[in-house]
Amino acid sequence: MFTLKNGRLPPADVKNIIFFVRPRLELMDIIADNITSEDRHHSSRDFHILFVPRRSMLCEQRLKEQGVLGSFINIDEYILDLIPYDGDLLSMEYESAFRECYLENDQTSLYHTAKGLMTLQALYGTIPQIYGKGECARLVANMMLRMKREFAGSQNQILPVFDTLLLLDRNVDLLTPLATQLTYEGLIDEIYGISNGYVKLPPEKFAQKKQGEGSKDLPTEPKKLQLNSAEELYAEIRDKNFNAVGAALSKKAKIISAAFEERHNAKTVGEIKQFVSQLPHMQAARSSLANHTSIAELIKDITSAYIIQCFPIKSHYVNTYIEDCIAQKDPLIKILRLVCMQSVCNNGLKHKVMDYYKREILQTYGYEHILTLNNLEKAGLLKPQTGSRNNYPTIRKTLKLWMEDANEQNPNDISYVYSGYSPLSIRLTQILARPGWRSIEEVLKMLPGPHFEERQQLPSGLHKKRQQGENRTSLVFFLGGVTYAEIAALRFLSQVEDSGMEYVIATTKLINGTTWIKSLMDRPESPTQ
Amino acid sequence: MAFITASWNPLGDAFYRKTDLYEMSWSLRDGLRDSLVAAAPYGGPIALLREPQRRSPSSRPQLEIYSASGGPVASFPWKSGPVVQLGWTVSDELLCIQEDGTVLIYDLFGSFKRHFSMGQEVVQSQVLEAKVFHSPYGTGIAIVTSSSRFTLATNIDDLKLRRLPEVPGLQGKPSCWVVLTQDRQTKVLLSNGPELFILDNTSCTVVCPPGLSPQDGSIVHMSVSFSYKYLALLTDSGHLWTGLSTLQEKLSEVDTKKTMAPKQMLWCRRPKSQQPSVVLMWDRLLLVVGVCNETIQYPIEDPCVLVGEMDGVRIISSSNQELLQEVPLVCQDIFKIASMAPGALLLEAHREYEKSSQKADEYLREIKEQSMLGEAVRQCVEAAGHEYDTNTQKSLMRAASFGKCFLTDFSPDQFVTTCRELRVLNAVRDSSIGLPLTHTQFKQLTLQVLIDRLVYRQFYPLAIEVCRYLKIPDYQGVSRVLKHWASCKVQQKDLTDDAIARAVCMKVGDSPGVSYSDIAAKAYECGRAELAIKLLDFEARSGEQVPLLLKMKRSQLALSKAVESGDTDLVYTVVSYLKNEMNRGDFFMTLRNQPVALSLYRQFCKLQEQETLKDLYNQDDDHQELANYYVTASYREKRLEGRLSLLQSAVDEYNKAKNEFAVKTTEDEMRLLRFQRKLDDEKGAGLLGLSLQVTMETLLSLGLHKQAEQLYKDFRVPDKRYWWLKLKSLAEKEEWDELEKFSKSKKSPIGYLVRRTTPQEKCTTNPLSRKLSI
Repeated sequence: MFTLKNGRLPPADVKNIIFFVRPRLELMDIIADNITSEDRHHSSRDFHILFVPRRSMLCEQRLKEQGVLGSFINIDEYILDLIPYDGDLLSMEYESAFRECYLENDQTSLYHTAKGLMTLQALYGTIPQIYGKGECARLVANMMLRMKREFAGSQNQILPVFDTLLLLDRNVDLLTPLATQLTYEGLIDEIYGISNGYVKLPPEKFAQKKQGEGSKDLPTEPKKLQLNSAEELYAEIRDKNFNAVGAALSKKAKIISAAFEERHNAKTVGEIKQFVSQLPHMQAARSSLANHTSIAELIKDITSAYIIQCFPIKSHYVNTYIEDCIAQKDPLIKILRLVCMQSVCNNGLKHKVMDYYKREILQTYGYEHILTLNNLEKAGLLKPQTGSRNNYPTIRKTLKLWMEDANEQNPNDISYVYSGYSPLSIRLTQILARPGWRSIEEVLKMLPGPHFEERQQLPSGLHKKRQQGENRTSLVFFLGGVTYAEIAALRFLSQVEDSGMEYVIATTKLINGTTWIKSLMDRPESPTQ
Repeated sequence: MAFITASWNPLGDAFYRKTDLYEMSWSLRDGLRDSLVAAAPYGGPIALLREPQRRSPSSRPQLEIYSASGGPVASFPWKSGPVVQLGWTVSDELLCIQEDGTVLIYDLFGSFKRHFSMGQEVVQSQVLEAKVFHSPYGTGIAIVTSSSRFTLATNIDDLKLRRLPEVPGLQGKPSCWVVLTQDRQTKVLLSNGPELFILDNTSCTVVCPPGLSPQDGSIVHMSVSFSYKYLALLTDSGHLWTGLSTLQEKLSEVDTKKTMAPKQMLWCRRPKSQQPSVVLMWDRLLLVVGVCNETIQYPIEDPCVLVGEMDGVRIISSSNQELLQEVPLVCQDIFKIASMAPGALLLEAHREYEKSSQKADEYLREIKEQSMLGEAVRQCVEAAGHEYDTNTQKSLMRAASFGKCFLTDFSPDQFVTTCRELRVLNAVRDSSIGLPLTHTQFKQLTLQVLIDRLVYRQFYPLAIEVCRYLKIPDYQGVSRVLKHWASCKVQQKDLTDDAIARAVCMKVGDSPGVSYSDIAAKAYECGRAELAIKLLDFEARSGEQVPLLLKMKRSQLALSKAVESGDTDLVYTVVSYLKNEMNRGDFFMTLRNQPVALSLYRQFCKLQEQETLKDLYNQDDDHQELANYYVTASYREKRLEGRLSLLQSAVDEYNKAKNEFAVKTTEDEMRLLRFQRKLDDEKGAGLLGLSLQVTMETLLSLGLHKQAEQLYKDFRVPDKRYWWLKLKSLAEKEEWDELEKFSKSKKSPIGYLVRRTTPQEKCTTNPLSRKLSI
């Protein structure tokens, strides 16, 4: 398996070449290049192309224009909509979903979402209740209901696994991804970027220090680690606030070294045997501990200067802070996150302030960013204050988004994931489960897009008979992306004993503020390249 | 009941029986004489062509189609060339093979569907004989021409003609031949005088059936069984050889003592046959020859036609129709005189019970003592399936039900299924429907195919009843029937579009799985575009409507339906279709009414056709986007002049969009570019394209303080930022004196704490100083 690159295909003694591609035009050009340069060398290879998740007429047309469509023996689609990332997490890994929906009015990702949800329902039963908030959520629900009508009669008779589906637009809660996530996993993602379940870390801290060897030959290859709940320790600490991770790690260290000490107590052959049989597990735990201790150290070194927080600070302090950041030429994305955050919290920026920021950004980082700023305005992340009242304080107070005394060590509220700020999206989810959205009608009306509830008729006999105390399961789908901190908050809600609800999370893409803002940026091609 | 065995004839240790199927409801003037007759197996329809060889142009022969019970279905004069052979396909289509090798296909109702030819060479040499055969691949045709060559088509729906090799020494047609399907290969077995050949794709081999001595004479008739497993050969001396069709084993050889060639010869066997036999028919005699050397003779009065079935032979005469078959073992066990089989005892017990006689108990006890009651019930149920007479069925089922009462833990499944199936079978066997299927045939045919056949015959209400009665999921059952019905309905020429649309909608409603677009496509095929559009409106799947709408040139509608479906690829399909079909103005106007399609098309243009994008924005008076477009374009421009002129266009558009801020900053950018160009020319500073901040930074590092100062003033850079910049720059160059001078020039806008920390910071990041500190 190789990644797609321009030029000749890597040499391999194989007959069949299969391209797995997203239906994107620029990829078609690369494939065409691959094939045309291939033909000269061997002509005996067979080519196949599989589009993920769906075939695209435009791409096939492009291949035809490039004169290579005929080279393919098979052209088909590999319907992979939702990719499982963890026991409770599905993602479509559709990077451009937010941009397409809110900037370009392109509903392709929503169609794929609806299709993916139909597949999910075919496997896990019809979801009887659908809730949603936002324009895109409405569209997806409409498509699902229509698809259900279209496929009526052909459905499998499966006892439903999910009780409810909640569709949430990212633009209902634009603020959350802008802030820096403060859970362990969130911070790893903010700083190093988790991509497809893997993170690449600077290698220095992971060097095996052996005696007699100097620190001369430090490894230069970044250290690649897989991150998911299969790793016992990681499952334990991933969703903790970073400030609680240190304690958890040291506790774990004590347990592990105690376990290793056991060997001195092993007297009989039987005991030794039992100890030895546990060794692989213990060693894995020890190396896992070492890894995470290193990561935690790395993060600790960086965090202080990095964190973008949202607290009720007087606006002129914010202005000065942003001004200083620009003057010091901090990374552009950080500036954009700050400016957008200020705009979102205040229902827009004062005209003068906004123009000032924009001018500062253009002068400092270059005029070309005028396009990016335009995009941010279109997406509603940046807007001038209009006459209308600022609703944000009302929303904040009603939904209790800012908690003064967040308990980071032993959290009692979801606000711990941002050390005091509760993500609006998750608060909505929490309220939906109990006491229901009817209690916050007013606030819902202030948030963009319609909110709705749909019921899907279940065939008789498939109604779940719930035992006393059995939890309900809800699938929460974030259209336009979700952050690790939000996932952590939902996992926290699943674990709270009296919530009575378990959450499974699905999204178009796992995002953080940086990747999200990046997806909205436009960079004109420079003439020199 | 006692007379059931009256029609039984023993053959070896088995019995054969003739069951009356129908009094034929047709009235044939000349009987079946001088006619070409084709009757399909599984109780299929009958086609009749009178005097096919008569070639006077004045009197055209009449082609008639009847149901198996003789009910007239269609009749029309034959206008094409002379027909050699008629046959039916597995999907109830009529094949008419003409002398010139053309094969015409008609549907059950005599409407012409299509035709094909069996090859060019046939046109000259004429077809002498043809055979229609069925195999797992479908329906096939084999012909032999007057030049003694065979041509095969294994599946007429996927026509691949195969010309078989020449047979040495064959003149004209062979004395007899059959088509065999073995090991996924189709072959022809033929006899020419005393010799027997097997013809396959590549070769012609002489074969010799084991145990057939040359003294028996040459082969004049041959027949292969329904399953292609057994073969029967009849010699001119009247010897009948039976064996496996692989010609590897002989079953028996019987001397029929008839030297005249029979009109028809067919195998008569059933699955798990105890005593398979071959049925030979002469003008006045029907002879059943068992493998055991015994024979049964039936006289016949009328000319008849034999139809081979998988479990017997149907005998069609001009007045009635009978089924000749071996009596199934289970029926023998129950009805044989003095049988002590558990089933027989149970039937007797039930009969006594109905008479309120205590003997019932005695019989029951007897069965129970042998613990055979379960078996008895099973036998009765199975036998009921094999019986054609409804009274016999009933008494057997009642006996079974009676027996069941005395059993615990007995699964009622078989009983219930058989009851249901028998009810369906009795319904389709009715003379008005005319599908004389036996239970065995029904099982082989499957329910799905039976429903299809009912639908082909347009027995829609019955088909729906059957589906509902057997509780077939709508998707596979009722909906399928309705779909066929609707497709047929739209072809009715005597009804208005409205009436049909209403009728279809009322019946079909929103039954799952019925595709209105398929029905509409059918209507469109028949030239009823208006009706098609009316029907398309009922289609729930927007996506499905699109292709047909495009075909009907309703592109606007197609576009809105594509948008409705949410499938963007479909929208693109329609958009690119429209782009080719319409002129540009209309195309843009169409898109304008569909915002979703328009934004998709914009996306496409962004990637593929920048120029079109500009036109689109222009048309919509979207000045903001147009300006952005010019900005993007300016970065692709290599020459500064070009870049400036594009930026100027952007300024104009921003002006129109009333975006003062953008106007201002764009003008600033142009000013900056000119400035950079000037300095580049003068000092070779390499500034072009840098941001204002970086430009100033570079200037400072080059020591061009005056120019930096000028930019700071011209572009009204905030003091704070400029101070930071200057400080950093000075610190970097370690010009501490200059720094001090600068700090005293004015009150610092960034405070003095920063000033103290800055040099230190710089020190630690400076590679040189780091070395020193270690």
